[in-house]
Amino acid sequence: MTGVREPGAVSATRGRRQVPLPRLADPAAPLLVVEDLAVRFSLPSGSVKAVDGVSFRLDDGEALGIAGESGCGKTTTALSLVRLLPANGRIRSGSVKLFGIDLVPKTEKQLARYRWREISIVFQGAMNALNPVRRVGDQIAEPIEVRLGRSRDASRKRAAELLDLVGIPGQRASAYPHELSGGMRQRAMIAMALACDPAIVIGDEPTTALDVMVQAQILQLLERLRRELGLSLILITHDLSVIAETCDRVMVMYAGKVAEEGPVTRVFTAPRHPYTQKLLSSFPNIHADRRTLDVIPGQPPDLRNPPPGCRFAARCPFVMDVCREVVPPEVTFGDGVRVACHLYPGRDAAGPPPRVVGATRTCDAASSTDPAP
Amino acid sequence: MSDRATGPVDPHGPHGSTDPHDGHVHHEHGVAPHEPDPAAHADAAHLAAEHAAAHDPSRVHVPHPAHVHAPGAAPEPHVVGPELLRLEGLEVHFPVRGGVIDSLLRRTRGYVRAVDGIDLSIRKGEILALVGESGSGKTTTGRVVVKLTRQTGGRIVFEGEDISELWGTGRLRPYRRRVQLIFQDPYETLDPRHTVGAFVEEPLLVGTKRMPREERQRRVREALEAAGLRPASDFAARYPHELSGGQRQRVVIAGALVMDPELVVADEPVSMLDVSIRTELLRLMLDLRRSRGLTYLFITHDLSIAWVLADRIAVMYLGKIMEIGPAEEVIRAPRNPYTQALVSVSPSTDPPEPGAPARTILVGETPDAAQVPPGCRFHPRCPLAFDRCRVEEPPLVEVGEGHRAACWLSGVGPRDLPVIDAVAAAIPAGMPPPVATS
Repeated sequence: MTGVREPGAVSATRGRRQVPLPRLADPAAPLLVVEDLAVRFSLPSGSVKAVDGVSFRLDDGEALGIAGESGCGKTTTALSLVRLLPANGRIRSGSVKLFGIDLVPKTEKQLARYRWREISIVFQGAMNALNPVRRVGDQIAEPIEVRLGRSRDASRKRAAELLDLVGIPGQRASAYPHELSGGMRQRAMIAMALACDPAIVIGDEPTTALDVMVQAQILQLLERLRRELGLSLILITHDLSVIAETCDRVMVMYAGKVAEEGPVTRVFTAPRHPYTQKLLSSFPNIHADRRTLDVIPGQPPDLRNPPPGCRFAARCPFVMDVCREVVPPEVTFGDGVRVACHLYPGRDAAGPPPRVVGATRTCDAASSTDPAP
Repeated sequence: MSDRATGPVDPHGPHGSTDPHDGHVHHEHGVAPHEPDPAAHADAAHLAAEHAAAHDPSRVHVPHPAHVHAPGAAPEPHVVGPELLRLEGLEVHFPVRGGVIDSLLRRTRGYVRAVDGIDLSIRKGEILALVGESGSGKTTTGRVVVKLTRQTGGRIVFEGEDISELWGTGRLRPYRRRVQLIFQDPYETLDPRHTVGAFVEEPLLVGTKRMPREERQRRVREALEAAGLRPASDFAARYPHELSGGQRQRVVIAGALVMDPELVVADEPVSMLDVSIRTELLRLMLDLRRSRGLTYLFITHDLSIAWVLADRIAVMYLGKIMEIGPAEEVIRAPRNPYTQALVSVSPSTDPPEPGAPARTILVGETPDAAQVPPGCRFHPRCPLAFDRCRVEEPPLVEVGEGHRAACWLSGVGPRDLPVIDAVAAAIPAGMPPPVATS
């Protein structure tokens, strides 16, 4: 759970791969580099700028959490990596480089090589994502057989191994999805996502519909898989606690743009962007004092006509004149945190130490552990 | 959710900007947010006041000083009144039938013990959170209270009157006016073909004596405004698809408010919503309690929401109450290992630290309520289970002021987390089970 990676980690993780890298892969390139990604949805009422100039990077064995409210573009960003967008969605510009290979100009047919084999997805509703009339084991074996060209027996054997890996006893492979509990189905989904030994697994709200205890079990499983398999993970969720627990880095998105990005330990303990601050202080937390509960007044802008300056300006407690006119540039601080906010002007990477809005999170940490009188 | 839609009844409004410091940081270019946000402070004070006020002064429980002395706290005390609803030994057992033939012969193959003997009491103006995982029976309990599910045992007493055997649409009508249910999913509750106004008006059209049109419209307008949907006439004309998720849930709340109820049973009303919207709705519910004297039975799987909202928390597991007491006590000093585990895994945005207390992640899931384990029903998953737990079910016993827990260890349970490790260490192997003190 550290933001710093060993230099040798790249080759170590790639060395574990049981399947060959794509032919065009550059072994020295970073795992995933997304630059200036822009996605539009065309609607009868206009074009929605759902993702607007998003850049980020994911290294081998790293877990990145993408956080934000509904409609902030976090799911769109992740789905556009393998172009699984709805029919009216288009990548307008930018690049998605996996092992140095740009996936954006690829045709649908060429992209098939990367979908599921290199980038797989664990969806939110496991009940909807699994086929109700097929046995779980067969559903996991299918991509191994079809995409990797293994024999049926070998695929079945691998499926059983995968089920075992995610904590489902081997004999449950012959069960149908409805015979499994919610937590077990989510485990099966994870096994399916791991089937082709992909370079990246995307989790789209993987624990949202689950009970707290089952959620903790699934997060524990992801943690173990990361450790054992060197899994590279992108976790999309509106639940900041999931990211705090599982990820190395977090990218907070607001209205299609990156508000703040950096190591979880930095961003969650000393958030710089007012939106991140508000988001954290509105999170109900039983380990903190009750009064930390905060609200973010207003609502996100209409992305058909986004405001000219900072998109958070209308809701920001620190709004200045410049915020309404000029899009804030991204500034990177010495601790690796990238922020797009006019409160941190220029290229001054040193910057002032950030303070938390509401000033309750850090100071209450001590008192909150006191037993009740 | 627009600004005007939040906290409509709060005179010390979070967005009132009466703070003289407001704005002084804002227009200086390049100043880091050193100053705590005044708005955030007012919000915090407001919530703190709610909680401080919600505590009956006669209780021994001392509120956290921070709650009381929060700057700008609203002085208006919140008084918890006499008992409104009481459940006595409530049981809901659903027969398990193997198929058509079993059904025809009325032959059963056992029972699903969804609710298995619970006692609860809610006082007027109180917020009681019923917390549990799927299969705990919390939703069934809520459905029994609103008379959508028939209990198989026990009594329901509302304002001193036994309503257990009150059935039939006509006879139930007066009760249903006073007790309203809010569901989890506003997408399913709202009919996409009806306007918001029509949805809110609908309950007023039920019954033999029709309310005059003007009266109905006035009440719809009031309900929408009380739920923070202003201007009401604008929202009344809209269709559900024209609203955001938070606004939809406000419409559902308005639909409950229009009957001017006394008790609101809210079943996971904010679970589907984003965190910031969720917080707004929780504040709205607190505001409504104050302005309308509402009482809530709040059903949730999320202990942290219960923590923010509730005066008292009841934790259910497999049809039984495992622990019940003031929110501060149940969260800060849980006495049942199940509660302790739930507290330890409750979501937190603090990144894990090496020295942090270990989380207790229970193995497995809640068992089938058709096969309730003997003894303490939690014993197969309990990290502290010993022989007595396997054969004898622990009763709910007093462990503090208004705080009861069902566990053979609750009498010796220490108060600091991680409790489980500490208790396990404190009991040598072979030691006779401690007797719960009362």
